[in-house]
Amino acid sequence: MKNLLLPALVIAGKDLYSEWKTRQIVTTMLIFSSLIIVTFSFAFDPSNQSVRVLIPGMIWIITIFAAILGLNRSFTTEQSNDHIHAFVVAPIDASSVFLGKFIANFIFVLIVQIIAIPLLFLLFDFRVLTIESIFYLVGIIFLGTFGFVSVGTFLAALSSNSKSSEMLLPILLLPLATPVVIAAVQATRIVLIDLEKLSSAMSWMQLMIAYDLIFFVAGLLLFEYVLEV
Amino acid sequence: MQQDKGLTNLPEPSLLHRVMVMITIPAVVVALYLVFIWSPVERQMGVVQKIFYFHVGSAWNAFLAFGVVAVFSILFLITRKRIYDMIAGVSAEIGVVFTAIVLTTGPIWGRSAWNVWWNWEPRLTTTVILFFIYIAYITVRSLDMEWQKKGRLSAVLGVIGAINVPIVYMSVRWWESTLHPVVMGEGVEESGGGMEPSMLFTFIFTVLTMTLVYTVLMQKGIYIEKLRIHVAKLKAKQQEKMIS
Repeated sequence: MKNLLLPALVIAGKDLYSEWKTRQIVTTMLIFSSLIIVTFSFAFDPSNQSVRVLIPGMIWIITIFAAILGLNRSFTTEQSNDHIHAFVVAPIDASSVFLGKFIANFIFVLIVQIIAIPLLFLLFDFRVLTIESIFYLVGIIFLGTFGFVSVGTFLAALSSNSKSSEMLLPILLLPLATPVVIAAVQATRIVLIDLEKLSSAMSWMQLMIAYDLIFFVAGLLLFEYVLEV
Repeated sequence: MQQDKGLTNLPEPSLLHRVMVMITIPAVVVALYLVFIWSPVERQMGVVQKIFYFHVGSAWNAFLAFGVVAVFSILFLITRKRIYDMIAGVSAEIGVVFTAIVLTTGPIWGRSAWNVWWNWEPRLTTTVILFFIYIAYITVRSLDMEWQKKGRLSAVLGVIGAINVPIVYMSVRWWESTLHPVVMGEGVEESGGGMEPSMLFTFIFTVLTMTLVYTVLMQKGIYIEKLRIHVAKLKAKQQEKMIS
């Protein structure tokens, strides 16, 4: 366990540190998500009360697009000095590379969500019902992002082998992420708009937990085949 | 010299393949006869119901093809034999064709049976997602890199895609049950129980014929892949000659 976790933390730390120095990925993701919110305000009139029901979907559209933007960079930056080879020859498990990259990407996406979602609520004048629903919303966002980023990290590594990886990643990722997107949007809708159906939000969260576990483990197990040269 | 002789002889399609082609052609003709002339017209839906035979046959084959992709992807990851990679790749291509048939015949039938072209019902949505997953799979296969790497990446994607399909089905079913409790009276499969014997026979015969078509296409595809490898070898040899 220690052999798996320690190199992963080192890799994640390296990514986070380089991001702290350059502030390239998170800044771009934030600007992009703000632009999506602005585009939404053109597409759906924010003063119209019926737009409320679209907010849960908007949260996840922002997350998906911003995350894809960040995931694309995650492995292509490693190619500049042939770092992928370094990962392969380093005396660490391939799963640690996956875990490390996953942690870094997860933190990037969470930072973007922490800023973009309140901004969305603010600009669309959306009042969250209660403290309770905020509590559940945080849980759902955590689970949904976990699933999306774990599949995303895996497929980003897979598509980074191609010359046109930026185009390949969304094509691979969106169909595979369908279950977690459906579950996350449904659960968010229930939590934000009608809290009475909380029990079905719970079963959506269970589905997300199952999805997260399956794909996280599949990513850990299969990553060595992706990394192999 | 020995190798030269190996290169001039093109790989031949196997005897089994020729026999299968000989069986499949009449079988398809008989299936067409059974479907359009022999089997009775359904009382409620009319002639449109006849699409059902091909629709279900293709759907069954599409899922079979993707099952084959998953199994041979796992086998390839374990043994790294090129033939497994070829089988998985060819099967995915045929599977996409059958899924396209399902997705075009389905709405034609649905327009007259449910009065809508499309409906976000679990089976339909799952099929669409499956279609996109395997289009992605083929996109990976068409990347420009050496076959070992390509085979490995696509095999990994084949495994992940196969894991995903049941989860998609479950999630779409839950999603549906919360939004539209009852959408239509009978699905494609539910109507299978109370079928006229002659219809049932036609149905089984068509499904078997479609499976035969799948097998023949499979063999053909593998044969073409072998020819491709052969051509690549010949080209390499020619280039060697030109250089020397």
